Amino acid sequence: MIFSMLREAFRAMAANRLRTFLTMLGMIIGVGAVILMLAIGQGAQTQVQQAIASMGSNLFIVLTGYISAAGVRLGSGQAVSLTISDARAIGELSSVAAVAPAQPGSAQLVYGANNWATQVYGTTPSYLDVRDWRVARGYAFSENDVRSMARVALLGQTVIRQLFGEEDPLNKVIRIKNNPFTVIGVLEAKGQSLDGRDQDDQVIIPLSTAQRKVFGAQFPQSVRFIMVQAKSEEAMAPAEKAMDALLRERHRIQPGMDPDFTIRNLSAVAEVQAASTRVMSIMLGAIASVSLVVGGIGIMNIMLVSVTERTREIGIRMAIGARRRDILLQFLLEAVIVSIIGCLIGVLLGVSIAALVANVSGTFVVVTAASLVLAFAVAAGVGVFFGFYPARKAAALKPIEALRFQ
Amino acid sequence: MPAPVVFTEALYKQYETGAGALPVLRGVDLTIQPGEFVAVMGPSGSGKSTFMNILGCLDTPTSGRYVLDGNDTARLAPDQLARLRNRFIGFVFQGFNLLPRANLLDNVALPLVYAGVRKSQREARAQEMLARVGLARYATHLPSQISGGQQQRVAIARALINRPSLLLADEPTGNLDSRTSHEIMDVFSALNREGRITIVLVTHEADIARVATRLVNFVDGHVEYDGPTADYFAGTLA
Repeated sequence: MIFSMLREAFRAMAANRLRTFLTMLGMIIGVGAVILMLAIGQGAQTQVQQAIASMGSNLFIVLTGYISAAGVRLGSGQAVSLTISDARAIGELSSVAAVAPAQPGSAQLVYGANNWATQVYGTTPSYLDVRDWRVARGYAFSENDVRSMARVALLGQTVIRQLFGEEDPLNKVIRIKNNPFTVIGVLEAKGQSLDGRDQDDQVIIPLSTAQRKVFGAQFPQSVRFIMVQAKSEEAMAPAEKAMDALLRERHRIQPGMDPDFTIRNLSAVAEVQAASTRVMSIMLGAIASVSLVVGGIGIMNIMLVSVTERTREIGIRMAIGARRRDILLQFLLEAVIVSIIGCLIGVLLGVSIAALVANVSGTFVVVTAASLVLAFAVAAGVGVFFGFYPARKAAALKPIEALRFQ
Repeated sequence: MPAPVVFTEALYKQYETGAGALPVLRGVDLTIQPGEFVAVMGPSGSGKSTFMNILGCLDTPTSGRYVLDGNDTARLAPDQLARLRNRFIGFVFQGFNLLPRANLLDNVALPLVYAGVRKSQREARAQEMLARVGLARYATHLPSQISGGQQQRVAIARALINRPSLLLADEPTGNLDSRTSHEIMDVFSALNREGRITIVLVTHEADIARVATRLVNFVDGHVEYDGPTADYFAGTLA
């Protein structure tokens, strides 16, 4: 029974190929759009999550404040107000797990015939803990190396690619601003940061070495920023308060005066960004679903036309013994087949366009099995939902009236 | 005496129109025994078509009784009527009414689909029926690829495939030329004589009606004549 109905459905669809295709097109576009939009939304979300994970958790960054000289205010980070002892003091707060003072700067790297300009971070070993960053090969430098101003460097993956190509960088000597450094470790790949920088395009060296030998410092103990990791998510708020109080005291800031430092809660910034990408992907999905509904209405429209056109056929079938549910099932089946085939093509289309988008524009897209299952279920649902009314209309025809229909 | 195939009692039908109730059948009592070949005649508007539709369980009477081969049809739901049409009645229409997109074999087998017969059996029986109307080798043709007379034979094969108690033919020769008409009528009389199939046939052509053994003439919603065909035409000629 069901097989002969399936055959009937395909026969009816084949009889009006162009129309069937156009009806399907609604579904194809709808499902394709949903898959594509979900893929882009998911991609953005995944990217942000990766960036957040790569940043490290429960993080603050303490920046130096701005300078105000004769009414001219220079931006944040210009003042020379943070010191290594500030960092040490923050590290002693009960809500703080780890601190890493850092002195960044740009420098030209040279190895053999290759050279490459990159960001060099002078910092302490705890920087890697705070950033939740591991050394893939080799080993990290120690507190001892910091004390002894050792000329050792940890290289990011991008730097290695640019300087060494296929060559093994471990234990090779590179020159940073003409100072020889031994590569003792290779950092694991971290990918993009939240603001889109390539985090693998950097070199990490001991703080003391950076200050004394590479960049120099306005005064020996100053640092540009301090990374601070709170003990837990709950410790974030007390840590921020305690740091603020501590630094105001240490820098002798009077109540009511602007501080000469800035504390940024990086984790909160990340959360906001994660939330906004979530909203974006929901919105993309919602907009795409509208086209799915429009596709469904297209199916309903065509099925209504089809029922009217085939009224006589329905009459014949009823005269020779078709029950109402036989007629209902036949038309419903047709609608569901159109939407499922449309859905299959739509999935293929959506996935290939997503791949194309990823390839051409470099946008990160993720097609999840869940989104495919969702699109499929919705398409079948749309077929049943929008096919039901025309099918019921066909089934409710009186046999004698259907037979007389011209 | 076996139970009648058709038994109607005080069959009454009226249509609601804008101008009020319009009676079409005003009390029809008719009994048809198995194996009869009945021609139904009457001018248009006499109620013969409505009567046929009720006999075919396509329409229901406003009041009165209709018993089809032991089934009282008065209070049956649409799906139960569909079952009666499927098992007890075979239809042959003026316009053939074959499904244009299905081949002849599928057309003939269609009633068996709704009867829930398995595919292999359906096809075997449909092939056999096509052979009986002399169209076995056209099984995979579409209705549009054969002549009108052949289409009507296919329709007859379809009507008979579920071994109905009653074959209803509504102007079966109306769309055919006279030579083909006679061929089709020969099929009907052969079915009646040799297959003992009960046939009720509506026509307005005396020529066609003569093939039947009994004639029922409708005038104005009543049965005006009910008797042997030969007597009726003898009367009109006299």
